[in-house]
Amino acid sequence: MTTTTQAATEITREGKQTRRVEVSVLPEMGDQNLGDEAIRNYTINFGPQHPAAHGVLRLIMELDGETVERVDPHVGLLHRGTEKLIEYKTYAQAIPYFDRLDYCSPMCMEHSFVLAIEKLMGLEIPIRAQYIRTMMAELTRIKNHMLNLGSHVMDVGAMTPNLWLFEIREDLMQLYERVSGARMHANYFRVGGVHQDIPPSVLADIGDFLDNRLQLFEDAISLVADNRIFKQRNVDIGVVSREDAIAWGFSGPMIRATGLPWDIRKAQPYEVYDRIDFDIPVGTNSDCYDRFMVRVEEVRQSWRIARQCLQQMPQGPIGTLDRKVFPPARAEMKQSMEALIHHFKLYTEGFHVPAGEVYVATESPKGEFGVYLVSDGTNKPYRCKIRPTAFSHLQAMDFMMKGHMLADATAVLGAMDIVFGECDR
Amino acid sequence: MTQKLAPHVPQTASDDGVIEAVQAALGALILDVKDHVGEITVTVRRDGVEEACRLLRDTPGLEYQSLMEIAGVDYPSRPERFEVNYHLLSLTRNRRIRVKVMTDEVTPVPTVTTLWPVAGWLEREVFDLYGVGFAGNPDLRRILTDYGFEGHPLRKDFPMTGHVEMRYSEAEKRVVYEPVQLAQDFRAFDFLTPWNGPEYRLPGDEKAEPQAAGAPSPAPATGQAPRVEAKASTEKRDPKPYTTDHDEGARKGAGQAQAEARKPNEAKEAQLGGVKTDVPEPLPGNNKPASQGGPESQ
Repeated sequence: MTTTTQAATEITREGKQTRRVEVSVLPEMGDQNLGDEAIRNYTINFGPQHPAAHGVLRLIMELDGETVERVDPHVGLLHRGTEKLIEYKTYAQAIPYFDRLDYCSPMCMEHSFVLAIEKLMGLEIPIRAQYIRTMMAELTRIKNHMLNLGSHVMDVGAMTPNLWLFEIREDLMQLYERVSGARMHANYFRVGGVHQDIPPSVLADIGDFLDNRLQLFEDAISLVADNRIFKQRNVDIGVVSREDAIAWGFSGPMIRATGLPWDIRKAQPYEVYDRIDFDIPVGTNSDCYDRFMVRVEEVRQSWRIARQCLQQMPQGPIGTLDRKVFPPARAEMKQSMEALIHHFKLYTEGFHVPAGEVYVATESPKGEFGVYLVSDGTNKPYRCKIRPTAFSHLQAMDFMMKGHMLADATAVLGAMDIVFGECDR
Repeated sequence: MTQKLAPHVPQTASDDGVIEAVQAALGALILDVKDHVGEITVTVRRDGVEEACRLLRDTPGLEYQSLMEIAGVDYPSRPERFEVNYHLLSLTRNRRIRVKVMTDEVTPVPTVTTLWPVAGWLEREVFDLYGVGFAGNPDLRRILTDYGFEGHPLRKDFPMTGHVEMRYSEAEKRVVYEPVQLAQDFRAFDFLTPWNGPEYRLPGDEKAEPQAAGAPSPAPATGQAPRVEAKASTEKRDPKPYTTDHDEGARKGAGQAQAEARKPNEAKEAQLGGVKTDVPEPLPGNNKPASQGGPESQ
């Protein structure tokens, strides 16, 4: 009796134990194979080139039928040695590398780096620059979520919302270009402030955008938020408990979907976030649908923050007046020998950062994006470690996928919001 | 440390009393505690890092639940050249702390995967980029570098260009790896002691005599230092010009310029004065680049 119950429990756990039950029922058959093929797990490669992998991700998946038993993500296919390169560049020359980490939210990447340098230098920056940075970071968050929400929807089978959200993304790209001169790789946040002031006409157009484009976003989301197929593909997929989320170092929408209201903008406010009124959305069920909806609500909150920044933004300088750190305006350079010397020194030698080490993390659209900076007192970083959000999230892929169907991989991956420029560095 | 704090950077909850609490909890595991620009760094004994992290996580009042980051740093001049920095975050207390451990190339650091599963990949990354071992990590494979990569690229003695470059060979119909060939030398300007001048070896300039100290010359020579015989210096010289070759010598040259830039002034002068008088020995005239340079310039 005991042997049969043991066998029965084994069946429920693993299908391939069926053979042994039949042996125990029919002892005369011995250990003979009944003629069926032995069930073996099937290993497939997902990627490195796969439209749902959001970049160059190689997942080695072990399947039992269509159920995923084990996932081994292979990352590093986009490794460019950013951290090594930064050690050979001056601080100002290193900023463009940050645009190329998470190329969906470039200014948020720069943000952690310039804040790390400013923290090490003990530098104050003017209030207008702080407002501009906050506003641009929130526009960047909207821009990032437009891409992620759209592609998540497309990964699970819907086409239209993605195209609509790309409309908004394109608007933001154009604003980006008018503010910084580049659609993607902005190099806009500088140590001590931002590179250029935003002209009033562009500020007016940002206001127009904020007033008029939210409806398009709401329309696109209304197509999927209550959609039966979308819910079937996302609800109860990739559930992570709070304890797991903390142990796996989750951050951003991934940890908020578990119900923990952890947001660095609120908990450890930087720039002007403590002067601005906004809410932190949290999930209840910690599944892919919650992560999606947390991001949807974050877009609305970012919209609120950007609007408040626009309303409260004072006049004034956009960079610190410490000329040993922040270069003078170009017009001033044509008039003043002092300004010319400062400009020349800053763009050749650069500024020196006092020795020390610092870890600064900001709330990037994907979660906690940190920079661990070690300075030896020279004009180049001794070490610049970048803490990508994707590293901890992607590592959890294995236990999140366990027992799910193969088709759920795209939903789980889409809800993680992974960009490989940042993951692989 | 009376440095002014920047007011607009992320502000955690106050760290008042944390140092005392950490010292009480960790006791003899601590080697050093430091508070710099509002960040607490605790250096602990290498064999006690797991215990220290466990105490920091589980002690009431400290409660650093999350491991956000593990960062390696390389200081080649130290006896234990690698630092491993663990960045912990307390979600309940809203604080951060850094735990630091020193190690060398051969001594592994105990793993913290037993406390946080997320440490798995973070330790793999430090292992990959620095070659620091983590005893007890169940899956210590390379993670960021290419399949079959050799070396640990973030060590300071690893050249920025790497050792090999990859291309698709039309002849062999496959991807091939070749030694790195730079069309242009990497320019490392010495901004820290520009008056000493870097040691440039320009192609075609091999006949330049070493000049007195202070002259804008690549050769730092002391007056009484005996000239080394030409054959002594020709032994290891590659006949090709410095800018395009890719062997160990050239790499040493580039690395040397870089190391020079990092060096404090006294070290540099001491070096110029004594040890390395024969290093920038010009190439002898019968070498290839010199004979190349002649006819072309006519």
